[in-house]
Amino acid sequence: MRHLLSISDLSKAEAVSILDTATELARVSDGAVKKLPTLRGRTIVNLFAEDSTRTRISFEAAAKRLSADVINFSAKGSSVSKGESLKDTALTLQAMGADAVVIRHGASGAPQRLADSEWMLASVINAGDGTHEHPSQALLDAFTIRKHCAKGAPDLAGIRVAIVGDVLHSRVARSNILLLNLLGASVSLVAPPTLLPVGIEKWPVDISYDFDAVIPSVDVVMMLRVQQERMSNLFFPNAREYSRYFGLNSDRLKLMSPHSIVMHPGPMNRGLEIAAEVADSARSVIVEQVSNGVSVRMAILYVLLAGQSLEAGEK
Amino acid sequence: MSVALSALEISRALTRISHEILEANPSSDLITILGIPTRGAHLAVRIAASMSQIAAREIPVGMLDITMHRDDLRMHPPRPLMPTSIPSSGIQGRDIVLVDDVLFSGRTIRAALDALGEIGRPRTVQLAALVDRGHRELPIRADFVGKNLPTSTTQSVKVHLTEIDGIDQVVIEDN
Amino acid sequence: MTVKGYLIKNAQMPDGGIKDLLITDGRIHSLAVGINDATATIIDAKGCVVLPGLVDLHTHLRQPGREDAETVLSGSRSGAKGGFTAISAMPNTSPVADNAGVVEQVFRLGQQSGLLDVFPIGAVTQGLEGAALSEIGAMADSIAQVRVFSDDGNCVFDPLVMRRALEYIKKFNGVIAQHAQEPSLTVGSQMNEGEVSAVLGLKGWPAVAEEAIIARDILLVDHVKSRLHICHVTTAGGVEIIRWAKARGINVTAEVTPHHLLLTDELARSYDPVFKVNPPLRTQKDVMALREALADGTIDIVATDHAPHTMESKECEWQEASFGMLGLETALSIVQKTMVDSKLMDWAQVADRLSTAPARIGGYSDQGRNLEIGAKANVMIINPSASWTVDKDLVVSKSRNTPFHGYELPGVVTHTFFNGMATLIDGALINSGGSE
Repeated sequence: MRHLLSISDLSKAEAVSILDTATELARVSDGAVKKLPTLRGRTIVNLFAEDSTRTRISFEAAAKRLSADVINFSAKGSSVSKGESLKDTALTLQAMGADAVVIRHGASGAPQRLADSEWMLASVINAGDGTHEHPSQALLDAFTIRKHCAKGAPDLAGIRVAIVGDVLHSRVARSNILLLNLLGASVSLVAPPTLLPVGIEKWPVDISYDFDAVIPSVDVVMMLRVQQERMSNLFFPNAREYSRYFGLNSDRLKLMSPHSIVMHPGPMNRGLEIAAEVADSARSVIVEQVSNGVSVRMAILYVLLAGQSLEAGEK
Repeated sequence: MSVALSALEISRALTRISHEILEANPSSDLITILGIPTRGAHLAVRIAASMSQIAAREIPVGMLDITMHRDDLRMHPPRPLMPTSIPSSGIQGRDIVLVDDVLFSGRTIRAALDALGEIGRPRTVQLAALVDRGHRELPIRADFVGKNLPTSTTQSVKVHLTEIDGIDQVVIEDN
Repeated sequence: MTVKGYLIKNAQMPDGGIKDLLITDGRIHSLAVGINDATATIIDAKGCVVLPGLVDLHTHLRQPGREDAETVLSGSRSGAKGGFTAISAMPNTSPVADNAGVVEQVFRLGQQSGLLDVFPIGAVTQGLEGAALSEIGAMADSIAQVRVFSDDGNCVFDPLVMRRALEYIKKFNGVIAQHAQEPSLTVGSQMNEGEVSAVLGLKGWPAVAEEAIIARDILLVDHVKSRLHICHVTTAGGVEIIRWAKARGINVTAEVTPHHLLLTDELARSYDPVFKVNPPLRTQKDVMALREALADGTIDIVATDHAPHTMESKECEWQEASFGMLGLETALSIVQKTMVDSKLMDWAQVADRLSTAPARIGGYSDQGRNLEIGAKANVMIINPSASWTVDKDLVVSKSRNTPFHGYELPGVVTHTFFNGMATLIDGALINSGGSE
């Protein structure tokens, strides 16, 4: 495996192996060890053409714990925002000797363009592209779900997950749907019909417009962020109405089954898709998702970079 | 393929090593046995059990994965990580005995020393190996050896253990 | 040139008969079995098919304004290479061809190239902005004698503007070529809306955005009794609406591009913008409906929508890239592959869809004469049993954005004759007439 562009690049065995590796790495991180020498001398570039402090910091912490050299190339102050082409940026990164590029980009498919081009040879890791995918987020979500709900099983067989909110524009949802299916979980999507893509009938998911009907039967409720600008594009009338039908509030929290958990990829709109008391409740694993993110991203970097032969890297 | 050690010989070697470790470390309450996965970890459990019996006290045993510290990672496809488990008594100020199945180039042990260094500072670090086949590439030697097996570099030494392979034996194969 | 003429021997005519064809003095002199002429250059066309020179009703030449992507001359050379003897220059240049000055400039550049007829298409509205009518009459009366008007690239969206345009052109029997795209349903759209766009996270372009405008304009043209041509139909639903209109006798014609006869939205999975085109590639079901419609005449013609773009407009993220693909040099091969080799059409129908019918729609009287004796010798030859591999680095166009790079295609265009003059011989362009 050279790149991580989409969850569809992974076999079930590869996905499980990333989760297993992350489990061992989490154990290391919990102890006295904060740094491993594994990627010493390797250069990882965080190319963030779109703001995302949390994902960037998570990848940066993961790379540093593996002793890689990290270069941050963020949108503000970089040439990406000044109209330099993706191609020229790639050529620059190649000249700098990047071994891996972690890319966050507003355009769907930008990471694949980098990976497929002959502009550079580095491994490409998709850290969120447009409304396409966010595979590392899905892996950390699966890691979190496995820890809480899988009862020791390596995969997520039989676990029921509801993904609620703006599926149409969510790269988190796309990656999660693919990965949850790969790992044997069943997925229900809950959203207003305007926020579900045309063509969704072919996806291996159940679709519901009724949140209350779905809640009691699932082990995981995964809330998606709703962007304020969707209101002006007629996707729903206003925030109040959205929140009434699709927000996770304390009344709906009571409908959840006893051992179920609440997830959110962040950043949250408290009071819109999730009520503050739900986000801070005992069922919420939202903060844990963040800390799991570092272990999972270490595992991704390890799997993609540690085993690469010197020869291949220098070609 | 020739059998270098039979099940009985392995058992005897491990018993002897257990005695030797206790003799070399008079303050046996400071000893911690750490096996290097996968087969070293099983040998460590056997040695610790045997030592516990001899010393009539529980000898702490754990395992130490050294994958992330290897210097040959880039020459192979990525290896899955093995579990690390350090006994609750930790390694700080203790006499650590690393256990591996075959001592060869010495690089695994170097990686193990680095991995230990990340966790803490033992009082001493000692090394037990079931087989020492020679061809060292680093200044590393074993304190306790089950059997010295002179081999050529074209040969490979395979340790089979009942826990994994269903049989205890050490064989030499010509490649 | 001192050549007395050309004698094409043993060629298969569109109707299947094997004949010789003699070109002298710029015209088709005779068409019969066993013609002999000692002075003419003899071309052995055994195994080849002779067709009337191809006529493209939808070409982007980029001049004036974007001469780095294509010029009238380079586009003309590309056309000659593909077997064309007439192309129609869309008005979305810079400045826009919305006045007599620009259309005359393009027309003159075409004449200077001398490789084929370049018929400028005039803009329907000023600046292609969809609000005020451009100087349609002045363009019609100019030396370019524009008869086809289009805002291609943009839709003439306002129904009142469309109605007035349809009415106004009746004065000189013009035609409005509509780019059917409902704008508010396609804000920021990147590709066909469906299964693939849902997975790729690229903004969808619903079929209904095209079909709604087709339906509206068909009703409008019926009401005002004018002439409507639908550019690049891409959906099965659009085909159904046109079929309905024709059954009712409404005066509408329609075109399909070669790429929409072959390619589908599955190609977007690569995120390679060479497959980004307006209107977008649709599904296999649409492709099959378009082929059937072209064969039964519901869709009248094939038009290339040849849209050259520079490297930098395509070597980027999908959503940043320009829409469009090259078409002139691959058009006939794609038609052979999708329509002839699949037995949906014979060569006589190919001659109709790629020459006679587009010339009739555009009012190009010296073109599409279907090898009539005495007509201007606009003729091309294809060897249908040969094949070739498309190489983007070997195209004649100034741009490289062919979606067929690496495809092995049937049918090699060997010769093109424009008004009796060879512009392509044995697959090689003859450099005559043109100057940059």
